[in-house]
Amino acid sequence: MSGAAAAERLIEVDGVEKVFSVRRKAGRLRRVRQEVRAVDGISFRVPRGEMVGYIGPNGAGKSTTIKMLTGILVPSGGRLRIAGIDPARERTRLARRIGVVFGQRTTLWWDLPLKDSYELVRRMYRVPDSTYRANLERCVDLLDLGPLLTVPVRQLSLGQRMRGDIAAALLHDPEVLYLDEPTIGLDVVSKAKVREFLREVNTERGTTVLLTTHDLTDIEQLCRRVMVIDHGRLVYDGGLDGLRAAGDGERTLVVDLARELPPIDGVPGARTVRVDGPRQWLAFPASQSAAPLVAAVAARYPLVDLSVREPDIETLIAELYAGGGTRWDVAEDGGKTGDAL
Amino acid sequence: MASGRTVAEPRGGRGRAAEVARGLAAYGLIVRMWVRSTLAYRTSFVMMTVGNFAANGLDFVAIMLMFSQIESLGGFTLPEVAFLYGTSGIALGLADLLLGSIEGLGRRIRDGTLDTLLLRPVPVFAQIAADRFALRRAGRITQALLVLGWALPRIEVDWTVGRVLMVPMMAVCGTAIFAAVFTAGAAFQFWAQDAAEVQNSFTYGGNALLQYPPTVFAKELVRGVTYLVPLAFVNWLPALRLLGHPDPLGLPGWVDFLGPVVAALMCTGAGLAWRLGLRGYRSTGS
Repeated sequence: MSGAAAAERLIEVDGVEKVFSVRRKAGRLRRVRQEVRAVDGISFRVPRGEMVGYIGPNGAGKSTTIKMLTGILVPSGGRLRIAGIDPARERTRLARRIGVVFGQRTTLWWDLPLKDSYELVRRMYRVPDSTYRANLERCVDLLDLGPLLTVPVRQLSLGQRMRGDIAAALLHDPEVLYLDEPTIGLDVVSKAKVREFLREVNTERGTTVLLTTHDLTDIEQLCRRVMVIDHGRLVYDGGLDGLRAAGDGERTLVVDLARELPPIDGVPGARTVRVDGPRQWLAFPASQSAAPLVAAVAARYPLVDLSVREPDIETLIAELYAGGGTRWDVAEDGGKTGDAL
Repeated sequence: MASGRTVAEPRGGRGRAAEVARGLAAYGLIVRMWVRSTLAYRTSFVMMTVGNFAANGLDFVAIMLMFSQIESLGGFTLPEVAFLYGTSGIALGLADLLLGSIEGLGRRIRDGTLDTLLLRPVPVFAQIAADRFALRRAGRITQALLVLGWALPRIEVDWTVGRVLMVPMMAVCGTAIFAAVFTAGAAFQFWAQDAAEVQNSFTYGGNALLQYPPTVFAKELVRGVTYLVPLAFVNWLPALRLLGHPDPLGLPGWVDFLGPVVAALMCTGAGLAWRLGLRGYRSTGS
């Protein structure tokens, strides 16, 4: 493969499937084998240096995809390449070129100082001294790990440990970084710090990042491209704005009025969906600007306070399917979509 | 991060030998981490080690008490039983110390942490064998060594170079045989995650059996540990030869020297079972 082509598509996924066979109870003793298509023929490309959000409801096939991309699981069908390497066949060779962070599973050594875990990474991955020192210094700097290096991991807070885990995944200069829920359970400050660091790693070092999350803010702040998986199929692949449009996503304007009033009406493009005392909720299309709406309400009603709520990811995805007709599939074998569900 | 792609490729090619070397290096690294983790709780470690030593010590005291009432057990004198006890204890102790933690595989599969081991550039077997390495298990080895040291000058053997060499050979083959049982048991956990107890009955249970002369057990049981799970090759068969006792099963004499062959076959079989299990895990994810 030529260098240019390899750079063009660092991650190549073609019609990849994963079928599990599970046994279900069917009566007192009888067990029935049932096939579950956890990943049902997905295809995508990720060029070097891109940061992609990979989202979908629980059980949609996100983790299974990540496990196939990292070589933990062997696909049941399709073709998969990371930097030209087949993860299923050359798992340990691939391991040197990727970094993985599972948000709910630390790889750090519980009873030892943080720096000991890093030392193990250096020796296990055989990271050259100069590379190791430079990477560690950079991570310590950007993630404020300095004072934590000598602290046993069990004494770190969740946010500190997450930062420690992210640094551990980057010490061997991976070309691809997979993050599974990197901000789960973190407070606002820690979340911001983690996001800032990831942006830095992506832009400065050119590390390709694949991010799964339930936090739409992660996606909004970090990813220009987002892929949505549901029932094992890629149902959307594109910009975040496009996702809003595709899902007919509505935003909500929440207004606090000076007193209780009948539902607001006569505001073009918006409809009042809920009234609770002086507070009212107005839904309007995601594509529409909130400013004229606010102006219209403020001109006619005694406005005290307001906020605009974005549709959350679960709602967007649910809407993506509602009615079935709005659904579209970006997989190359889109013809199969109709009868899959 | 530092510029350029400076990630080291595996040294020494991708052959089996290189993989084994990488596995051993990783094993050493992880063992060191666990030892240091253990020493973070120094008092606990000391107490566990002493406890381990004492519990095993009492085990032998029971045998000594028994001999205060009887002259011989199944035709074996106390030093001869001590010889069986020591050789079996050393073999199990070493296997347990080196890779006994492998029985934790089921737990790692259940809580999903096996996946994090699969993400590292070293063989999973080396990582799981070193997992939770417990130095306190050296307590059993020390105790077994002491019992063996007491027995050796007291057993009636016409020592030749060959007979002297048989003793370390028994330890090595015995360790390999028990290691194979540990590994096969762990491999089985890829399919049945809570099967650790089955394996324990062969390892710890097997050791309890091998501490006593084969002549005190029913023939069917002796046959079972000779042909089915050939633990008899850990110490029974070579010890019968060394101590000049007749074989209760009446096997040909050369069988007593098959220990290394049996150990090699068992390790190969266990290795295959492990590979099969890991492959199964990677295709089913459970």
